Amino acid sequence: MATPTEFRLPRYEQDPDGTHPPLDFSGYGSTALRHPKQELVLLPQMLTEVTGPLLGPGRLGEHDNDLTRQHAGEPQGQRIIVTGRLLDGDGRPVRDSLVEIWQANAGGRYRHTGDRWPSPLDPNFDGVGRTLTDSDGRYTFTTIKPGAYPWKNHDNAWRPAHIHFSVFGSAFTQRLVTQMYFPDDPLFSQDPIFNSIPDEKARQRMVSRYDHDITQAEWALGYQFDIVLRGRDASVFEEEEDED
Amino acid sequence: MPRLLPTPSQTVGPYLSIGLPWPDGPHVVPEGTPGAFWIRGTVRDGNGDPVPDAMIETWQADPGGGFRHPDDPRGEASGEFRGFGRCPTNPDGTYGILTLLPGVVPGEGGTTQARHIDVSVFARGLLNRVVTRIYFEDQDNSGDPVLTTVPEERRGTLIAAKTDDGYRFDVRLQGDGETVFFAL
Ligand SMILES: [Fe+3]
Repeated sequence: MATPTEFRLPRYEQDPDGTHPPLDFSGYGSTALRHPKQELVLLPQMLTEVTGPLLGPGRLGEHDNDLTRQHAGEPQGQRIIVTGRLLDGDGRPVRDSLVEIWQANAGGRYRHTGDRWPSPLDPNFDGVGRTLTDSDGRYTFTTIKPGAYPWKNHDNAWRPAHIHFSVFGSAFTQRLVTQMYFPDDPLFSQDPIFNSIPDEKARQRMVSRYDHDITQAEWALGYQFDIVLRGRDASVFEEEEDED
Repeated sequence: MPRLLPTPSQTVGPYLSIGLPWPDGPHVVPEGTPGAFWIRGTVRDGNGDPVPDAMIETWQADPGGGFRHPDDPRGEASGEFRGFGRCPTNPDGTYGILTLLPGVVPGEGGTTQARHIDVSVFARGLLNRVVTRIYFEDQDNSGDPVLTTVPEERRGTLIAAKTDDGYRFDVRLQGDGETVFFAL
């Protein structure tokens, strides 16, 4: 029975202006031929948009959350623990949700056929991790700190050290791929990808925080990195309660 | 509860193919599933050149029009249908997703949406994903509440063409025949 109330859907708020990068950003050369030039058409949030894949434990292998234990030997570099919570804009944890990461090795080299700069591959490091958030929305990876790497975007261009993160949230509207950076990186000032975020405060939300309580004695340095996804418009649910 | 400020989007960069592909990613349903077909296409840039470092993700209703998700107010669909597909592009810019035809889904205010699949495109050079929709040329698309808001001369970019083993849906990021992309 389809009464209109039954089709009341959650609504996801727009993120504040300046949060996300423009698709056309001259500082990052690869955007030139890849950004749409036509105006985007507004897609109302209907059933397909407010639902999304809920991907569970079936996607994980044994050492997927520990990138230092995926081979017989240990990788080179500074061992680190990266942990944080996956939340939506209302502060609600996104539970049992897949978090995927990929990164360069300690020397800044990716295990990818297209990455040919003269820094060696590490036979003990693939640079790929997956985990699920827990009931508090928390994820944790053990890995090594990635190195900076050069690219050909501009003269003497170097990417600041970063880990690529991919998360789903609980709706198609919340899908996010981002990069986690490390505090006080001297390469921020010349990096167009980092600086493509218009709002300086939003930019800083991609920078992880060193946390001495996460750091483990005689073992690994700890970093905190929370990921916040689009929030729901609370009024949609308040209205529903008012009707009772 | 205090509002938290969102984390910005960043590009997947050139090396997404080490981190994101899954062996069964392109299979929304297992090979051999009755009624399954391939949606294949090529992702191209503003010059018309293939994009070899992109990734297509799809999300759709099951053949009955249901979603395996607690926010579907009609009740969460049962069954094993994953609804989600993911395929990085090959060196020649091509991708393929094996799936079933989605059912019709209610829209806003008593409207009915034509059968459709939501698509995210990620790539080096895309600082954020771009979002589009796949419709099917041999289905009834009249009166779809989204298609009708798209300028008529551009609607064709959203309609997958019938092929021998399914449908073709090409993505043109920029230029002649640029795909219609949506703001969510
Ligand atoms: Fe990178």
